Amino acid sequence: MTICNSCRYCEGFCAVFPAMERRLQFSEADLNYLANLCHNCSECFYACQYAPPHEFAVNVPKVLAEIRVNSYNKYSWPRGTAIIRSGWVVIVLFAVLAAFALAFTPQTSGGDFYAAIPHGVMVGIFGVAGFLVLVSWGFGLARFWNEEQKKPRMRGRAFLDALQDVLKLSNLSSHGAGCTYPDAHHSQARRVFHHFTFYGFMLCFASTSVAAIYDNFFGWKAPYAYFSVPVVLGAVGGIGLIAGPLGLLTLKMRRDRRIVDPQQDGMDLSFIGLLLASGITGLALMILRGTPAMSSLLAIHLAVVLALFVTLPFGKFVHGIYRSAALFRNALEQRSRDQR
Amino acid sequence: MKTPSTEETPFYDVLVVGGGNAALCAALTANECGARVLVVEAAPVDFRGGNSRHTRNMRSMTDSYGEEEYWTDLLRVTGGQTDEHLARIAIRSSPESRVWMKDHGVRFQPALGGTLHLGHTNAFFLGGGKALMNSYYEAARKRGIEILYNTEVVALNMPGGAFQSATAMVNGRSVELRAKTVVFAAGGFEANIEWLKEAWGEAAENFLIRGTPYNNGRVLKMLLDQGAERVGDPKQCHAVAIDGRAPKFDGGIITRLDCLPLGIVVNREGVRFYDEGEDLWPKRYAIWGRLVAEQQGQIAFSIIDSKVVGRFMPSVFPAIKANSIRELAAALGLPAETVEMTIRRFNESVKPGHFDHNMLDDCRTEGLTPPKSHWAQAIDTPPFLGYPLRPGITFTYLGVKVNDTANIVMRDGTPGRNIFAAGELMAGNILGKGYLAGFGMTIGTVFGRIAGRQAALAAN
Repeated sequence: MTICNSCRYCEGFCAVFPAMERRLQFSEADLNYLANLCHNCSECFYACQYAPPHEFAVNVPKVLAEIRVNSYNKYSWPRGTAIIRSGWVVIVLFAVLAAFALAFTPQTSGGDFYAAIPHGVMVGIFGVAGFLVLVSWGFGLARFWNEEQKKPRMRGRAFLDALQDVLKLSNLSSHGAGCTYPDAHHSQARRVFHHFTFYGFMLCFASTSVAAIYDNFFGWKAPYAYFSVPVVLGAVGGIGLIAGPLGLLTLKMRRDRRIVDPQQDGMDLSFIGLLLASGITGLALMILRGTPAMSSLLAIHLAVVLALFVTLPFGKFVHGIYRSAALFRNALEQRSRDQR
Repeated sequence: MKTPSTEETPFYDVLVVGGGNAALCAALTANECGARVLVVEAAPVDFRGGNSRHTRNMRSMTDSYGEEEYWTDLLRVTGGQTDEHLARIAIRSSPESRVWMKDHGVRFQPALGGTLHLGHTNAFFLGGGKALMNSYYEAARKRGIEILYNTEVVALNMPGGAFQSATAMVNGRSVELRAKTVVFAAGGFEANIEWLKEAWGEAAENFLIRGTPYNNGRVLKMLLDQGAERVGDPKQCHAVAIDGRAPKFDGGIITRLDCLPLGIVVNREGVRFYDEGEDLWPKRYAIWGRLVAEQQGQIAFSIIDSKVVGRFMPSVFPAIKANSIRELAAALGLPAETVEMTIRRFNESVKPGHFDHNMLDDCRTEGLTPPKSHWAQAIDTPPFLGYPLRPGITFTYLGVKVNDTANIVMRDGTPGRNIFAAGELMAGNILGKGYLAGFGMTIGTVFGRIAGRQAALAAN
């Protein structure tokens, strides 16, 4: 970091370097903030005249990745809950959930989900899980935000800036050229596949929300017609959740290993795997809902989604929480600097 | 020269010797003129790009920085040791070069923090010189230009200035590189300590080389041996005072120290030897390499107090700190009593004034030899800070003479038909002395492109 601060060639790449220059010394909180601001695009690695094999061996994206995963651990709630580092944890979790779900799900036909798993059970389990997830995120977010002593003044405009950065992944676009991922060549691939994944996830979430409104306010019961709002949202989202993670997985496999923190492979792969599995099982469920396979598929799909829910606070998903918060802090700092 | 075991390359139109900015500009241009091009770079892929990988900007004529102002700046720093015709070609072609660079994937960014004074004269590369070189190599790859790394040219078959082939070592094997024309863009000799010793004597052992270790001057020497006319002072190099803890090679930008004019500089005996406040730092930093080189052991020490901390760009190596001058001298390995006396006498000579390090202020010493003409403030506020200084060599001036088509001119005054030069190898034609920030990249880009075009034309 001292090297970066006296070189500054990378200043124009992304938000990290200007944020670095606003601090001349780095506390642990500063480092955690910078690490969570970093989108791990690696432009600065390829442009660095001091990158290995140079004797200074500067590798900013890798160092920040290592700091970042430790910060996840530090912020997690319940405190000390380790972040998942092994994909096996997730596979076992899913297997147990699926076995339970399959054991307790009676075989039915005719496409009525609630005949297989009663509505109350579904809402109960996911309601409790969802609530715990929100509480855990809340604690994590508060810990991240309060770690830095200096509090920037709140500004609404900065919130909009950060929202744009999150929704557009501006820091991965590298001024339109695309980031250097998975190798030294500029490409928008990662950004596009992340968009597929993110918006796919959001559409699936929207689909479930609309279905919940249909059910609770209008009394319209699932399953819904193929061209109903929840099904269309879910289908498009599901396709996104298949295309996105598949693309990200392919890119990840080709990633330049010099920049990878190998400890995080398990965390990354299990998250991508769960997203992909929820997309595939969801779509399969929709297509095969009229067949006898429905109840088993429903059980498996819900087991996948529940595994995803349970791991939300302890897996790769938290990057979205802390990254967004870091972008917000960054936007606040920029705005207050511009005003001076 | 040729042994039976020697491999031969196919016959290329243009051979480019070197792998920095000028070399790649020549290769890309020659390729676009229809030539079949081979680039040979002595460095491995991770260290490709010569000294260009350490650069950050290019001086370019703009609406607010016209040809005459640019030329005047050049005239001032070189003290007239320049070729006006060639210099004006470089200056006039600079805006168009920027467009060309963008077309080849180079991206620009606003002036970097701490360099605002260069904002209206220099175009900064996004990510610096290595990113620029990455863009050019990427463009070359897309166009199918062949590039050999770890390939150093060790002999030239060039009777009477007519190039026939070059012998290169590729991973220990000897390969004969065959081409109709050749562009030499292999840099100067600043990384060749033995050669530096010819000018500086044993002192050169203690020099640090700020750039690539691959600029050993081998190509330059071969060209001179083959009868190319020389330009530039063979004994001069651009030398600045850098942090003495920097690595021997490739320390680059981060080893610079900008705090010299804010305090005093003493030699190994603890004695001052030059006016630290003679002129604004950007105009004086380049003389300090020579000043330090002339001291015993080629080392000196910048000493400041905590009043001026924060007024200069942070250095990568932490300052050596102490709460008294005596302790600081001990930490720096200097004779404590002499340093104390030097500082006491300096402090007593400081006249009151209004300190402003951005202009020639009125803080100076009186009755002190050597004087400090500006920014003289008593060194009295602990903790005291010290930095060791060594001469850091940036580049050398000696080169081969070229004409306005980048043709190498032989000692008899005739231009070689199929031999061209670009970059640091010929920069001495234009920059015979001194330095203008970002001008090396201008010369490299402009003459690289000229050499590439002319070599392609001469090949067909």
